[in-house]
Amino acid sequence: MCPPWANTQSRSGQTRRSARADTQVCPYKKWKMLKIESLSVNYGGRSPRRVLHDVTLNVQSGEVVALIGPNGAGKSTLIRAVSGVIPIVSGRVRTNGDDFHSLNPMQRAKYLAVVPQAVSLPPAFTVWETVLMGRTPYLGFIGQTSSADEGIARNAMKRVDALDLAERRVGELSGGEAQRVLLARALCQSTPILLLDEPTAHLDLQYQVSLLELVRDLAHHDKLAVLIALHDLNLAARYTDRIALMVAGKIKSIGLPEEVLTPELISEAYCLPVQVVKHPFMDVPLVLPENGK
Amino acid sequence: MPLRSNMKFRPYLFSLLALAIALILSLAIGSVFLSPAQLWEALIGHGTRVPDAILWDIRLPRTVLVALTGMALSGSGAAYQGLFRNPLADPFLIGVASGAGLGAVIAMSIQWPYSFWGLMAIPMSAFVAGLLTIFIVYSLARLGKTIPTTNLILAGVACSSFATSLTSFLMLRSTGDLHRALGWLLGGATQAGWTAVIAILPYLLIGLVILTFGGHALNLLQFGDEQAQQLGLNVTRAKTVLLIAASLATAAAVAFSGIIGFIGLIVPHVMRLWFGPDYRRLIPLSIIGGASALILSDVVARVVIAPQEIPVGIVTALVGAPFFLWVLRRAKNQGYW
Repeated sequence: MCPPWANTQSRSGQTRRSARADTQVCPYKKWKMLKIESLSVNYGGRSPRRVLHDVTLNVQSGEVVALIGPNGAGKSTLIRAVSGVIPIVSGRVRTNGDDFHSLNPMQRAKYLAVVPQAVSLPPAFTVWETVLMGRTPYLGFIGQTSSADEGIARNAMKRVDALDLAERRVGELSGGEAQRVLLARALCQSTPILLLDEPTAHLDLQYQVSLLELVRDLAHHDKLAVLIALHDLNLAARYTDRIALMVAGKIKSIGLPEEVLTPELISEAYCLPVQVVKHPFMDVPLVLPENGK
Repeated sequence: MPLRSNMKFRPYLFSLLALAIALILSLAIGSVFLSPAQLWEALIGHGTRVPDAILWDIRLPRTVLVALTGMALSGSGAAYQGLFRNPLADPFLIGVASGAGLGAVIAMSIQWPYSFWGLMAIPMSAFVAGLLTIFIVYSLARLGKTIPTTNLILAGVACSSFATSLTSFLMLRSTGDLHRALGWLLGGATQAGWTAVIAILPYLLIGLVILTFGGHALNLLQFGDEQAQQLGLNVTRAKTVLLIAASLATAAAVAFSGIIGFIGLIVPHVMRLWFGPDYRRLIPLSIIGGASALILSDVVARVVIAPQEIPVGIVTALVGAPFFLWVLRRAKNQGYW
């Protein structure tokens, strides 16, 4: 089954090209899960510092897992290590049968897409050019795109409600718009696994909610496996299926929101006393920080 | 939808037209003026003896060599700017040109027999020295994962001075033949002749073809190494290939035309301002534009104090240095390039 943003080309009745596009869009027969097995990562050359200790985490197809934890706990590092841009010391990242570290960057980019934080993007590209770059894993070295690729890019932009931004330059976008463009670019990769690194960091309330609703929809409806680093504990409680609490490079606790967002665990992790109450009109926990020491 | 189709071809038409005009001017203007009619007759082989000789033995090889040099310098300048994500990267400013010049002078001082293969040794040596220079500049300028503009320029200037001093030393110490190299180093295409054109071609073709096809990789690299890799690019391999290709083109140009600054800075910038940042178009457009720009500079160099000539490097520097300062200001103010 293809995600809906991927196959409207064939629905709209285009012939040979879309047949080729279908095989490109869905290179893998069934959806994959992300398995992180006792992953360790060091930073620094001469006197290495361990920043991830034996991290083990599974993300099933169709669920959103939130990574929470104080600054410097290793959330971004975990996402970078899983995507293969920093070397790992030990452990493995797999999806069903395949070991990611035996794949080249192009093969890996067909399994796994990353939505980075929207900082320092090259300003002069248009949104359209930027989103189309998400098709890279399916293109040759020279990057010639077909009309099928353009259809996929258009649908991805429709999905994140960025279609009217197409001609704008990336440097002119607001933080929220840039974040949506990066999500559209990741969707263009048509991967079964999606990683997001604090996508709500620079967004106002409205965009935070709409982005996370979209992310949840991608998991629940399109069966992606989604791992998302978040700072806001209450957004994590509301929009994700499971939460992994990271402290000092280790997974401290993992489980349903109400299992992880307990006063004891959160107070200890953030060194701040907190109260956890039931959300007044939703069945999720609500974390309320008390005054600092 | 986006990218109207007329935008795809218009830039090429426009720059090819400019190139045609530059070519005609360069062939017509000189100590003897050839009218368009004389040019045409000489080109198709019906001309009288004198215009024929002027065109085929002097002006045409010189113009072709100048065009190829301009192509190489602007194409590699655009690629360096993309690779270093730095608006001021230019074969001259980052020291590759001076390094390659040193390599070329070393090869000349060995006094190869003046044969075809002796001539081929010069670009090879220039290429190795240029590659070595860029490696040193890159290591000196790098700060973690980024290359700050000032670091790049300072490291480039330092390496460039070092290479230039060694070059001057070699030239002062030697006698005879090598004195000719001084004029060459200032960027006058006085060595011109069909032999040089043939010798430069293979290096240039390999380098420029690779750069032309590397546009997509350069686009991805603008997002930083990490995002480029997450999008599926083999970053290390792409960077290595493109760096070698750009240095190959630069070295070939330097080996036969000397050190000509700023062309590799101005042309890609103008093209980027006019036609946008997409490297898939920017590289070929810079290559075409570089040919026109250097041909026109060469025409100016020939007529400004005619019948004498000034080295073309002086013309490009007179236009280029103020342009460089303008770009520096702009890059500082808005980071928008």
